[in-house]
Amino acid sequence: MLVFWFFVLLIVMCLIGYVLGRRKAVAASGGELSSLHSLLSYHGWNVALSTFLSGTTVIVIWAFISSLIGALPTLIGVIIAVLAAVAAFGYSYGRIDRDFRARNFVEGLIKGLLIFASSIAILTTVAIVFSMLFETARFFNDYPWQSFFFGTNWAPNFRGNSDLGMLPLLWGTLYVSFIALLVAVPIGLFAAIYLSEYASPKLRAFAKPMIEVLAGIPTIVYGLFALITVGPMLRDYFAQPLGLGDSSSSVMTAGIVMGVMLIPFVSSLSDDIINAVPQSMRDGSLGLGATSSETIRQVVVPAALPGIVGAVLLAASRAIGETMIVVMGAGAAARLSLNPFEAMTTVTVKIVSQLTGDTDFASPETLVAFALGITLFVFTLGLNVLALYIVRKYREQYE
Amino acid sequence: MTDATASEPAPNKTKSSILELDDRTKKRNAAEARFKFYGMLAVGTGVFALLLLLISILSQGIPAFFQTYIKVDITLTESALDPSGNRDPEEISKVMTFSYDPIINDSLLHLAEELNAQHPEMTVPELQDQLQGMISAAAKGILRQNVIANPNLIGQTVEYEFLTSGRIDAYMKGNIDREQAELDSNVTPQQLDIADWMVEEGDIETRFNWDFITAPDASELRPEAAGLGVALIGSAYMMLIVFCLALPIGVAASIYLEEFAPKNWVTDLIEVNISNLAAVPSIVFGILGLAIFINYMGLPNSSSLVGGLVLTLMTLPTIIISTRASLKSVPPSIRDAALGVGASKMQAIFHHVLPLAAPGILTGTIIGLAQALGETAPLLLIGMVAFVNNYPASILDPATALPVQVYNFTQRSDPAFVERASGAIIVLLIFLLCMNLIAIILRRRFERRW
Repeated sequence: MLVFWFFVLLIVMCLIGYVLGRRKAVAASGGELSSLHSLLSYHGWNVALSTFLSGTTVIVIWAFISSLIGALPTLIGVIIAVLAAVAAFGYSYGRIDRDFRARNFVEGLIKGLLIFASSIAILTTVAIVFSMLFETARFFNDYPWQSFFFGTNWAPNFRGNSDLGMLPLLWGTLYVSFIALLVAVPIGLFAAIYLSEYASPKLRAFAKPMIEVLAGIPTIVYGLFALITVGPMLRDYFAQPLGLGDSSSSVMTAGIVMGVMLIPFVSSLSDDIINAVPQSMRDGSLGLGATSSETIRQVVVPAALPGIVGAVLLAASRAIGETMIVVMGAGAAARLSLNPFEAMTTVTVKIVSQLTGDTDFASPETLVAFALGITLFVFTLGLNVLALYIVRKYREQYE
Repeated sequence: MTDATASEPAPNKTKSSILELDDRTKKRNAAEARFKFYGMLAVGTGVFALLLLLISILSQGIPAFFQTYIKVDITLTESALDPSGNRDPEEISKVMTFSYDPIINDSLLHLAEELNAQHPEMTVPELQDQLQGMISAAAKGILRQNVIANPNLIGQTVEYEFLTSGRIDAYMKGNIDREQAELDSNVTPQQLDIADWMVEEGDIETRFNWDFITAPDASELRPEAAGLGVALIGSAYMMLIVFCLALPIGVAASIYLEEFAPKNWVTDLIEVNISNLAAVPSIVFGILGLAIFINYMGLPNSSSLVGGLVLTLMTLPTIIISTRASLKSVPPSIRDAALGVGASKMQAIFHHVLPLAAPGILTGTIIGLAQALGETAPLLLIGMVAFVNNYPASILDPATALPVQVYNFTQRSDPAFVERASGAIIVLLIFLLCMNLIAIILRRRFERRW
């Protein structure tokens, strides 16, 4: 609350600073505004921005230090910040005269802010990596890494003595993703080919947005769809009659629903790539007497293949990192099995289950989630980098 | 495709007419038709999947917006509620919720007697017993709040409309029948008979339920009272935070990268970083939020502030990518003209380029916000799954979000919550639809082609 009022005070000071700065600049010009180096508003901004930035910087540094060495009293921090803001106010106000280069100064400040804003992306990545690395290191202190990466049994036990082998989770993840790609890649690819090569403009204008709507639907909706519609349907019409199991959450359920989610992903990326294949190549093939489908199969798709592979890899990385659909559709039992109608679990499901509820951040059962997280991060990052590399390299070919 | 035909003697070929298809052409045409059919099938499957998804959610969820109410005349006996008789709100509020049970029971006795007069096949005590099970467990709480708010009602007989229990509601919506009621411990077939009688009298009716949208969540035992109020407020807080943080930071970062950044390895690093962040699984951002914002910085668990910060980091790449695209689409001649009349580079960008790019930036922001609104996984990790039934007064109070509330509903055993979850999804989808429509309208109206 104190911090809130501090910011209110700071903003009031900035407003006053703006008005006073302008007024002083008017006075300094001696009535002849064109004799000033900078426009009036820059003189106002000079005071306002200096005040705001120094106050904010001090309070942020104070918060940072207090998080490093234990709680420091907020009140003192706020007082120091107010003093800093007042000092900056006085200094920047005192600097105003006819030749003061307020515009250059303000623009310098703004540029600094812009650079800071763009470095937030890097800070985020660093924070992600470090937050997980530290906890993972703590986890490997308590639990041997060999048994984590190569253990085939996942049985966390909050009284200690758990088996935390990652392989069953990894198997579940890959199995679900594989089924999802089995659904998404053919459908997405054929949809993209049909829409870009065959469909009339009218059909395209209708069907393309319809398929892209699938991409805008939140994953929780797909999760619920898996839970209440697809799961029971698969169980009643496939799994039970075939004697393959009677669980409504299964690898198949999660895989199919995730496949539907990935259709627009594959189709819109492939669509872009297919459209980037030069028309002259199609014309050449058609001119030799090939039918459209022959042209597509033997000319367009091979030319677009690297891009399509990139799209599939991106889709795979999406599938591996997807959480809600598997949480609601795949089940929670960690097992290594080939039967797609059995409930299995994935890396993301276990991250959620180990980190929700009452957690104790010293036990390996909780810390394992960070190890799983970093594995997931490295996996998806690798796939993304590879995919972006392939896509980028391919794009250059025809440009 | 073999070359066999080509090597055959020429006279053979002259026989075939161009109008008469030879075998090979037929085969090729069939392959063509098949291929085209596969394409149509794929598009059809996509559209079909979308429709199936929407229909299944809508058909399950729409009943959640309607609820069954039962009319009961309640005699608010003075001796039980306000023994001293001075209508002091403080004294009245000392009377605990369970003290309202006998009041409701006594009033149900009247109702049971009335019903018994018309339907003598059930005795009065039986009827009273069954009626107790038909009223929602939330009723006494509602009654207590009402009495505390209007102490003058004490001593009078007032007609109240209470929620019926979840099973009676399900019966009125046609979701359960007498056979299922036999097996269900929460409802008896007799209750269904009583419900039928009362519908004839007009004492039980099903109508639109605003409480589903405004009320807070309710415990596992009374699905009929569960609402989305807390979740909507939490989501609104988070959207506000995301908007206030992600838009300025995203725009500032894009301006720097697009207009100022020198081409060097640092800029390359930032760019690669942003495109990678856009593809990092959302749950990883949840781990980040848990480790940095909660464990390290000590921000309150399950607050909308932490949720908003996590979602901000998640939407930043989306906003940056779309903002850069719209900055790029402003032609260089605009910049040149501004610089030519003496503007500084900063002035050229802030006074001329940015306003022209604004519609595109806003469109991208709205799409980013829509994405953030539907995101669930990271919020689970920062503790927003907790059961919250107090409206959050500030961004530091525990709250839930709309998609997390859906997840929460699905984790409960009572099947009535599935209907609630689908209803919540409908609310979520309506919000998303509105946001996307606004984005499309903005794009249509203001986008300029140069």
